Amino acid sequence: MLETIGPFFQKLYEGSGWNFIIFYEAYEYDRFVAAIWVSIQLIIACLAFSLVVGIVGAWAQGAKSRFIRLGMAGYIQFFRNTPPFVQLLTFYFVVGTITPQVDMGGYYEPVIGAFGWAVISLGFFAGAFNTEIFRSGIEAVPTATVEAAEALGYSRIKAYIYIILPLAFRVCLPALNNNLVNLLKTTTLAYAIAVPEMMYTANQIWSDNVNVPEMMIVLFLYYIGLVGILVWLMHRWEHNMRIPGYG
Amino acid sequence: MFKPVIKSALCAAVALGFATVSTTADAGNDRFKKVLERGKVVVGVKADYKPWGFRDSSGKLVGMEIDMAQDVADALGVKLELVPVQSSNRMQFLQQGKIDLMIATMSDRTDRRKIVGIVEPNYYTSGTNVLAKKGILKKWADLKGKPVCGKQGAFYNKIVAKRYGAKVIAFVNNAESKQALRDGKCVAWVYDDSSIGSDLASGEWSGFEMPLNSEDDNPWGLAVPVDEQNNIWGNFMAGMQYRWLTSGRLIELEKKWGIQPTAFLKMQKDKLTPARKHLK
Repeated sequence: MLETIGPFFQKLYEGSGWNFIIFYEAYEYDRFVAAIWVSIQLIIACLAFSLVVGIVGAWAQGAKSRFIRLGMAGYIQFFRNTPPFVQLLTFYFVVGTITPQVDMGGYYEPVIGAFGWAVISLGFFAGAFNTEIFRSGIEAVPTATVEAAEALGYSRIKAYIYIILPLAFRVCLPALNNNLVNLLKTTTLAYAIAVPEMMYTANQIWSDNVNVPEMMIVLFLYYIGLVGILVWLMHRWEHNMRIPGYG
Repeated sequence: MFKPVIKSALCAAVALGFATVSTTADAGNDRFKKVLERGKVVVGVKADYKPWGFRDSSGKLVGMEIDMAQDVADALGVKLELVPVQSSNRMQFLQQGKIDLMIATMSDRTDRRKIVGIVEPNYYTSGTNVLAKKGILKKWADLKGKPVCGKQGAFYNKIVAKRYGAKVIAFVNNAESKQALRDGKCVAWVYDDSSIGSDLASGEWSGFEMPLNSEDDNPWGLAVPVDEQNNIWGNFMAGMQYRWLTSGRLIELEKKWGIQPTAFLKMQKDKLTPARKHLK
């Protein structure tokens, strides 16, 4: 890859001063590729975790137990009303120091590293919104449908999984789509706790090579590409799940 | 009848020509003129680099480089405005004209000279070292494969990673990277030896040490916009630095801010001070 595009970008730099060093120097190229991989892993993990939190959370909001309902409301208020950046730093620097870690002689290898905290923190953050989004979907399912399920002998949990959730999904997909796109973009905050994703690596590269405008352009195009892919996937999903005559 | 017209046209052309000539000659002095016109010099300094540039308990920016910036303002007879900058964005602040001058603990590197106007003589120097818990590190090679905290934007992050195979974990600010070191998230914190020295001297780091031999001793450079490097502004700052070094002002400031005295400042003072024997 580097052999094919390298000479072009090398010439571009010598000719015009545009320094896309990540496309012609092996060390920076490797850093860049590693960052692509880490950021995609981070995004997938955060999206998946936030969806699980959302689905479980929306169910918990309608739970019979008052404690679960109150706990859920507290969680949502806490995560919705504080900045994700603050949450991330708090998780990493406060909660991170009281979680178990292994002494490696001079430093500690934590059970949950920076990557783990980023997933947990951002996942809970977006999960709080997902919970509300799913609730809006669930509330849009007509009571008559739920009653019909009960009449057919569905238990509460079975009705939730087989009747309510599939219908609720279809209603709330556009809103969910929005929140997931937001989450994808918010993963760049992980640079603050030194997760070597794209934002962090771009920052390192432009600091070492003083090519800020070039790396900014790369960053922009990278995230436009990623968001484009996510939106395309979500739209396809929306399209495939469409029930004629419903919603 | 046409003569006066031609004459005046000619005059205008000549005048215009002079005007153009004089503007080209002045183009590189725009910033300097602006500083005098607005009666204020805007200097980019560090806000998280004790004791060169940091915030005191009232939130005011203070430190050795802030005192230097004040000297510049006093010499120009203008007011001083301070703008806190980060290692990773300080050169852009200058490039984009947000600041007139940058005194921000910046190492003088070849690639940086292409972007900002670093003027000599360099006013300070420092090497790379690490802060670590006592008794853990003996040599640089001990860092291999281990997590080392650093600050985003420092040029030696890459050197430590490439040369010694350390896993550099770089944070946005020093406060976070130092906290990470205290929490044991990394085996050492890589930074300037002069800054680590003053941290150790502050007494807040008992149980820690600076165990390695400093490497890559590198002079610091203050910078003006690159266009003005060889014009009034650059020459003025070169003169400021010369005076700071020969008058012992920097040695005095070093003492004021509790920085370990460096051999560099004494050496520069001896080297640059002119022999005044011919003056009686």
